[in-house]
Amino acid sequence: MKPDPQMSPSSVFDPRVLKAPHPVPGAPDNWRRFFGFNTDAKVIGIQYIALALFFLLVGGLLAMIMRGELLTPPSDLVDPTVYNGLYTMHGTVMLFLFLFPILNGFNNLLIPPMIGAPDMAFPRLNAAAFWIVPVFGVVLMASFLVPGGPSSSGWWAYPPVSTQNPLNHFINGQFLWILAVALSGVSSIMGAVNFCTTILRMRAPGMTLFRMPIFCWTALAAQAIQLGGLPVLTAGAVMLLFDLSFGTSFFRPEGGGDPMLYQHFFWFYSHPAVYVMVLPVFGIFSELFPVYARKPLLGYHVVALASFGITFLSLIVWVHHMFTSGTPQWMRNVFMVTTMLIAVPTGIKVFAWLATLWRGKIRLSTPMLFALGGLFNFIFAGITGVMLATVPVDIHVGNTYFVVGHFHTVIFSTITFGVFAGIYHWFPKFTGKMYYEGLGKLHFLLTFIGAQLNFLPMHWAGLMGMPRRVASYDPEFAFANVLASLGAFLLGVATIPFLLNMVSSWVRGPRAPANPWGAIGLEWLLPSPPPAENFEHDVPTVISGPYGYGLGKPLVDDQERYVARSQEA
Amino acid sequence: MTSESSMPRQLLPGLLLAGAVATNLLVSFSMARISHQWLPVQASTAAPYVDDLFALETGIGSFIFLGCIGVMVWTLLFNRADKYDMDDGDPIEGNLRLEIVWTIIPLVIVMLIAWKAIGVSQTLASLGGKVRVAGAEDAVQVAESGSGGSAPAGAIEVIARQWSWEFVYPNGVRSTELHLPVNEQVTFRLISMDVLHGFFIPAFRLKQDLIPGSVIDYSLTPTREGRYRLRDSMFSGGYFAANQTDVVVESATTFSRWLEAAAKVPLQPAANPATDLYRQRLARGDRGWATVPPAPPPLVHVSQDPLAGHEA
Repeated sequence: MKPDPQMSPSSVFDPRVLKAPHPVPGAPDNWRRFFGFNTDAKVIGIQYIALALFFLLVGGLLAMIMRGELLTPPSDLVDPTVYNGLYTMHGTVMLFLFLFPILNGFNNLLIPPMIGAPDMAFPRLNAAAFWIVPVFGVVLMASFLVPGGPSSSGWWAYPPVSTQNPLNHFINGQFLWILAVALSGVSSIMGAVNFCTTILRMRAPGMTLFRMPIFCWTALAAQAIQLGGLPVLTAGAVMLLFDLSFGTSFFRPEGGGDPMLYQHFFWFYSHPAVYVMVLPVFGIFSELFPVYARKPLLGYHVVALASFGITFLSLIVWVHHMFTSGTPQWMRNVFMVTTMLIAVPTGIKVFAWLATLWRGKIRLSTPMLFALGGLFNFIFAGITGVMLATVPVDIHVGNTYFVVGHFHTVIFSTITFGVFAGIYHWFPKFTGKMYYEGLGKLHFLLTFIGAQLNFLPMHWAGLMGMPRRVASYDPEFAFANVLASLGAFLLGVATIPFLLNMVSSWVRGPRAPANPWGAIGLEWLLPSPPPAENFEHDVPTVISGPYGYGLGKPLVDDQERYVARSQEA
Repeated sequence: MTSESSMPRQLLPGLLLAGAVATNLLVSFSMARISHQWLPVQASTAAPYVDDLFALETGIGSFIFLGCIGVMVWTLLFNRADKYDMDDGDPIEGNLRLEIVWTIIPLVIVMLIAWKAIGVSQTLASLGGKVRVAGAEDAVQVAESGSGGSAPAGAIEVIARQWSWEFVYPNGVRSTELHLPVNEQVTFRLISMDVLHGFFIPAFRLKQDLIPGSVIDYSLTPTREGRYRLRDSMFSGGYFAANQTDVVVESATTFSRWLEAAAKVPLQPAANPATDLYRQRLARGDRGWATVPPAPPPLVHVSQDPLAGHEA
């Protein structure tokens, strides 16, 4: 391919990278392609999402057994040790096998078409990163079968509990857990290298950084955290493994180690990890509100830069998880201030979204409902987050159900809502089929009610003093727990219309046009589903910023030609 | 709204906004008042400060939440596209003044809350301090040497194990139920014999982790007589949920009478829910997932009363 004559010399477009090897030599072109080693980012994206949704069901099932146990105050459904294993695995599965993979699925599907690249920068690395996920998924699931059961020390795996190894077996649940987390870290780092390189080096001509869709900005900001933080967690996990299996004393007080050191290693990454998950969802919100309100994203530049404000601040807040762990007063104050500062860049985003809705032409389709629901929940979670950041309140509610309620409002009611919004919004683009709107709205309604019922009463139980991670509790917490359990079961029911919609729409849904939502963006100039290498050798030149709703400016040179071609395919 | 309204048209949006803000203020103020009811009874000098800060945050938080949701609901009511309306909305790309305002105002609000919270933290520290007195191997020695010795005068040793709480009073009395005189500052010496535990008494609004390898002195002043719950707040393994006991705050005379009477009772193994649960598990054939066996129940003069009700 010859360089585009219109391309300016300073353009970020590099034709050598575009010439990445064709991703799918001889791969099957039917459904079998999703079950093998395939280097096509769009195949990998769907592999990630499907696998993640499977593990959403696994994690959800574990949650419903837990909520079954918590329906009544005494420990009566399962043994307390089994409860401990269930909650540990629920958290681990939901974070490492549902949320990280599903967001990497979005990265794979969206980043190349959104920036006009044919594929990821390193397609084989991309496929290898994906295939590590089922491997550690099997490792983690296998821990249910080893003697003594799975890891039961919580997803934080704080020593000394995590290194107690009651049965003294070399292969035990905790060992497999650490192995799985380390493998997850390797996979995520491989992914992060790929996403960052792709965004920085493979943009279409004319697509400067400040013409990128916000999703790409947030993906870049999130993956930068992965690159900076994951090595720290992995180092902590290796030391924990040595303490557990080889008798070292990094964290053992009786050998001169310090259990607090592990908490620093763990939270230095694991607090920013929440931002790794929430940033792409901010990206999804920023993509969806303009489409369904028919208005440009208000304050695009500031919203884009705020992502990196969040990335920076996320790296200096981790000690707020350790306010009651013997942290000195001055350090508590420093980390309280940094934590509260995060409200500023996130506030900028929230206000920008609300202003985008203002005087728009709002269309309440399923993706918009999930995005609005997610925003509603996120504002609530932001306020409880500021409460948790203040040391005196945190000393009372830390390690109680208030925290459980807060982070489920973030992780489920915001992030997972955003994930659902994204799935519905881009479903027609990447499957070529329309989903059923009625089932989608039913899914939203059940999910929204279930989420409030599940997570709101938890805040109250926590304020009254119910500690988190308990298999039994005092009778005064029964009412809040019954409500929460009913909400959890409702969320279980809500997945039925979702799965039904996904499967039946993909198999026999109506064919999707190239741009069913009238959205602006390079991915909507491609046919649905896009061909293997997106624009192939005819990459458009971007001439204006994203979200030009109502501005009447074309996004790319020769837009009619791309639109016509996407429609005839 | 009719165009015949006697009100000048440009005044109406301003009045609407003022009405909405006033309503929001009123509701948020009530939320702050109500927030006290979401918390357990106040039984320490620290509790009112924590609760007032929480109420302040509830008030500010409610105002922001309702403000944002108000805008959202407004747009959903009045900015909806008609079924066949394919037009775009107002193409506003930005508003510098607005963007500066919504950066500065949240910054000022959170910094004010942080400033207030730092003040409350200092107050809490002056009401009852927290000192890490020994680390690493020193701590293990302090823990092994048992009561007395280096403990500050009048300190109550709190010894946490998987899964029991043991309290050693300055006169050598041992119990698994914590008795405290009301309105007197008490210092605890927090020691964990095995893993992390959390010393959490919701009615006191105070929580401090016990760290194996460290000894932490920690003080507070109970202000209200009653029986409250002490809960392990840091996950400590198998029977974590059973690691709870009661705190009895009583008048100084009742407390000293209790202490005298307790000293005369012979030491005996404490009643311990975790041990009972573990025994039941063994009786059922040791089914379940792996756990370390509970530490033997401590030998105490007074055991926790499993049937007594608690207030919070």
